[in-house]
Amino acid sequence: MSRAVAPLPTTEARRSPGPWRTAVADLSCNRPATAAAVVLLIVVVVCLCAPLYADHIAHTDPFQSHVSGTTVVDGKTVPVLTPSSTGLGLGVTPIGPTWDTAHYFLGSDNQGRDVMARLLYGGRTSLFIGVTAALLTVVIGTAVGVLAGYAGGAVDAVISRILDVIWAFPVYLLAICLSVVLLTDGLRLGPLTVDAGSLWLPVVIIAAIYVPYVARPLRGQVLVLRNKEFIQAAIGSGAPALRVMRREVLPNVVPTAIVFLPLMTALAMLTESALSFLSVGVQPPDASWGTIIEDGLGLLYTRPAVTIAPGLLIALTTVALNVLGDGVRDALDPSARLRGGV
Amino acid sequence: MSRSTRLSTRRSALVAATAALALSAAACSSSDDGSASGPTSSSSGSGSSAFRPEHKGGTLRMVAHAAAGSLDPQVNYTLQYWQLYQSMYDGLLAFKKTGGQQSFTVVPDLATAMPKVTNSGKTYTFTLRKGIKFSNGKALTTDDVVASFQRIFKVSSPTAGTFYNGIVGADACIKKPADCTLDKGVVGDASAGTVTVNLTAADPEFPYKLAVPHASVVPKGSPAKDAGTKPLPTTGPYMAASYDPNRALKLVRNPHFKEWSREGQPQGYPDKIDYTFGQTVESEVTAVQNGQADWMYDPPPADRLNEIGTKYASQAHVNPLTAFWYLTLNVNSAPFDNKLARQAINWAVDREAVVRLYGGKNLASPACTILPPGFPGHVDSCDYTKGGGKTWSAPDLAKAKELVKKSGTAGQEVGIVVQDDEVNKSIGQYLQSLLTQLGYKATLKPLSGNIQFTYIQNTKNKVQLALTSWYQDYPAASDFLNVLLSCASFHPGSDSSINISGFCDKGIDARMRTALKTGQTDQKSADQQWGTIDQDIMKESPVVPVINPKIIDFTSKRVGNYRFSKQFYMLVGQLWVK
Repeated sequence: MSRAVAPLPTTEARRSPGPWRTAVADLSCNRPATAAAVVLLIVVVVCLCAPLYADHIAHTDPFQSHVSGTTVVDGKTVPVLTPSSTGLGLGVTPIGPTWDTAHYFLGSDNQGRDVMARLLYGGRTSLFIGVTAALLTVVIGTAVGVLAGYAGGAVDAVISRILDVIWAFPVYLLAICLSVVLLTDGLRLGPLTVDAGSLWLPVVIIAAIYVPYVARPLRGQVLVLRNKEFIQAAIGSGAPALRVMRREVLPNVVPTAIVFLPLMTALAMLTESALSFLSVGVQPPDASWGTIIEDGLGLLYTRPAVTIAPGLLIALTTVALNVLGDGVRDALDPSARLRGGV
Repeated sequence: MSRSTRLSTRRSALVAATAALALSAAACSSSDDGSASGPTSSSSGSGSSAFRPEHKGGTLRMVAHAAAGSLDPQVNYTLQYWQLYQSMYDGLLAFKKTGGQQSFTVVPDLATAMPKVTNSGKTYTFTLRKGIKFSNGKALTTDDVVASFQRIFKVSSPTAGTFYNGIVGADACIKKPADCTLDKGVVGDASAGTVTVNLTAADPEFPYKLAVPHASVVPKGSPAKDAGTKPLPTTGPYMAASYDPNRALKLVRNPHFKEWSREGQPQGYPDKIDYTFGQTVESEVTAVQNGQADWMYDPPPADRLNEIGTKYASQAHVNPLTAFWYLTLNVNSAPFDNKLARQAINWAVDREAVVRLYGGKNLASPACTILPPGFPGHVDSCDYTKGGGKTWSAPDLAKAKELVKKSGTAGQEVGIVVQDDEVNKSIGQYLQSLLTQLGYKATLKPLSGNIQFTYIQNTKNKVQLALTSWYQDYPAASDFLNVLLSCASFHPGSDSSINISGFCDKGIDARMRTALKTGQTDQKSADQQWGTIDQDIMKESPVVPVINPKIIDFTSKRVGNYRFSKQFYMLVGQLWVK
C-alpha cells in the first residue's frame, strides 16, 4: 500500500487539493467508516462523562466496595448483595439491572459496585491504554522501520533480528510474561520509571510487543523507497542521512503509519482486555473493560450482564476501529482499494 | 493446617508446633449421638449404626478439579486425601468413624484397646489385634508397626519433626533419616503382640497424633521413600487399584479386610470408589446435578450456590468447621508495628461483609476469637464490635479512623496478599477498599494458592497484611494458639514460619507453656487458660479473625447415609449408592 509522494511543483500544488485533503474527502464519503467514527465518538464522549454519571446521577463511588450497602428499587430499600432466602439459603446474589440511572442501572458486581459507573470508568481506562499504546507502537515502529530500512547493512541486520526475536514469541505469552514480572516491582529502565500499579505499565508492555507489527512492513516500504529517484537525488545532492529520512522518507511512510493507528488501537484494546481478564493488566481498584469481565466471571449464571456489557463494548469499539482503519487505508491508499476491487 | 494446600504448606504449619512440651493424655468428650442421615441438608449423621447389607455394592463416583499429589499416607498432608485414607489405612488409634462431636474421640484401631500409659505419661503400651491382613495378603505384625514408625522419619514425613519428635530416638532419626531405628523409642514384642512407645516427655496430645494418617501402619518392606503414585498395601476396607494424578484414582475393596471395630474402621458400602480429576468446578456441579458424579470435592462456585440451595437442597449438606479465616498483621513492620493501627483494622473489618463474600450466613459466621466456637478453650468474647458484646455485631469505622489518626500511620502503603481464587480475591478487594477508606494506600497482590501460603510466611517477602485460614489438625487449643502465635513458631527468613504476624510475647508464651502443662493433669482448667490466652492475644491484635467457615458437600440424588466427621469430614466409605 506504499505510495511514493514526490515533491510537486508549486503551481501544481495550488491547483490540486493535496493528498491529505483528498484522503479526508474520500474518508467522509465512505459510509461504513463514517458510521464507525460516529460510534467511536459516542463511546469516547460517554466514557469521558464517567465522573459526571458517578457523582451526579448514580451518586456512587465505583472504586469502593459496598458489600453491605443498600439501594432503592421501586421505592423500596433493598440490599445491593442479596443473600438467598429460599431453600438452604446458600449464596449471595448482586442486584441485577434496575434500568434506573440513579440506582444501579446495569446492576452490581460482587463488591456491590455500580456496574454502569464502572463500565464508563473502565471505558476511559481501556481507551486510554488502547490509544496511548497504539500511538507509542506506531511512533516507535515507524522510527525503527525507517532507520532499519534506510540505514541497511549492520544496523538493519541488528534491528531486524531484534524484531524477529520479539515476533517469535506468541504475543499474549510475551505480554503475560512481561506483565507478571513487571507487576511485582514496576519498571525501572534508566530514566523510565513506571510503578507496578500504574496504567502506564500495560501501555508500555502492549506498545513494546506490537512494535514489530509496525516496524517490519515500514522497513520493507523504506527499502523500496530508498531506490526511488527522488531519494537518490536527495542523497546525491549531499543531504545528510537524517535529513533525507525526515524530509524525504518519512512523509512517504506516514500514511501507512496512520493506517496502522486505528488497527493497532483495536489490537491494543483487545490485548489490554485479555491481560486484565487474566489479572495481569489493569490492577484493582482501577477498572477496565477486561477487569469488569473478570469480575463478572463468577456471576455468569446469576448476573450475566456484568460480563456481557463490557464484552459488547469491547466488540463494538474494536469493530468500529477496524472499520475506520479500513476506511483510512482506502482513503490514504487508493491503489489498495483498486487492487481490492472495492 | 491449610485446607487446600499441600505437603509443604502443612509441614510449615507444624514445624512451628515444635512444642516438645509436657502434655497429658486427653480425649474428646462426646456429647451427641443421633442417627445417620439420608440425603438431607445441614446434617452430620452422627452415631454409628449397624451395617446395612442391602446397601452394599455399586460404584461411588467422586470428582475433583485436581489430584492431591502423593498417595503415600505418611507423606501426603492434604485434607483431600486424609479424608480418603479413613477408609484405606489404619493406625494403632483412630478418630471415631462417626458424625458429630463424637468424631473427635480417639478410639482403638489396630490396637485392641486404648494404650496403657505408664512412666508418668511417657510410655504407651499397645496390644496389637490379631488376624488383620494387609491388602497384599500379608499378616499385620508388630514388626510392621515398628517399621512404620521408623518410616515416618525415613520418608521425612511432614510431621516427623513436630508430631513425633517426642519419641525417644527421634532426634537421631531427624538428623539421619536413613539410619532411623527408634530402637528405644518404639519397641515391638512379637510374642506378646505388643508395641511400646517411649516418649522423652509426657504428651497429652500424643493419642491424637497417632490417629492421623501419618501414623498409618504400612508393611515392613515398604520403600523408605515417598511411594508417590504407587499405592502402598492397606489394612482398611479399600485399597487403591490404580492412580494417575492427571486422570483418576480407583479404589476397590480390600479382599483381606474383615471388620474388627465398627468405631475404628467400619466396613464400607460401595464396591468401588472412582475419583476422577481434571474437571472445572462448574462442570463438577453439573455432573453431580445430572447424576454423572456422586460427590464433588471442591467448594461449589458462588454463582451456583443459590441453585444448589434451592433446586438441589436435599442433596446439599452444610456443616460447620473448626477453622477460621483471618488476616495476619505484620507486627514487626510499619504500619502494623503500631498496636493502634492493628486494632483499627480489627474495628474496621465488617465480618458480615466477608460472610457475604464467602457465600452468605449459612456458609460462614463472623469470627471474633482465634479458637472457633465449639472448640476446646473457646470462650465467646469480642473486643472489636460496635457497642460491645460477646459476639461480633457490627464494625466501628469511626473508631477505626480515629485509631489510625492517633497511630500516625495514615497515608502509609499497605500491601494485601491473598490467594487468587474467586472468594479470596473478592475479600481482598473488599479489604483494599476498606484500607483506602481508613487512609492507607492499599494495593492488592493475588497469588496462586500453591505459593501464597509459603510466600506470606517468609519475612523476606515483607508481607504487611495477608488473608489466610487455619483448619485444625486435631481438637486441641494449642493447635491454634501455640502453633499460630507462639515465639517458637516464628522463624524469620523461612518459608516455614507459621506465626505469620511475627507475634512474640514472652508473657503470653509462658502462659501457653503453663496451659500445656496444666493439660497433663486437668484439661478443663487448661482449656480455661487457653480461653483467656485467646482473649489476651486479641487485645494485642496481631491477627483479625474474620469468619468461621462451613463446608458444603454436594452429593447426587442416589447417595445415602451421609455422615460428617468433624475431624476428617464426610465419611466416604459409608456412603450408599445402592
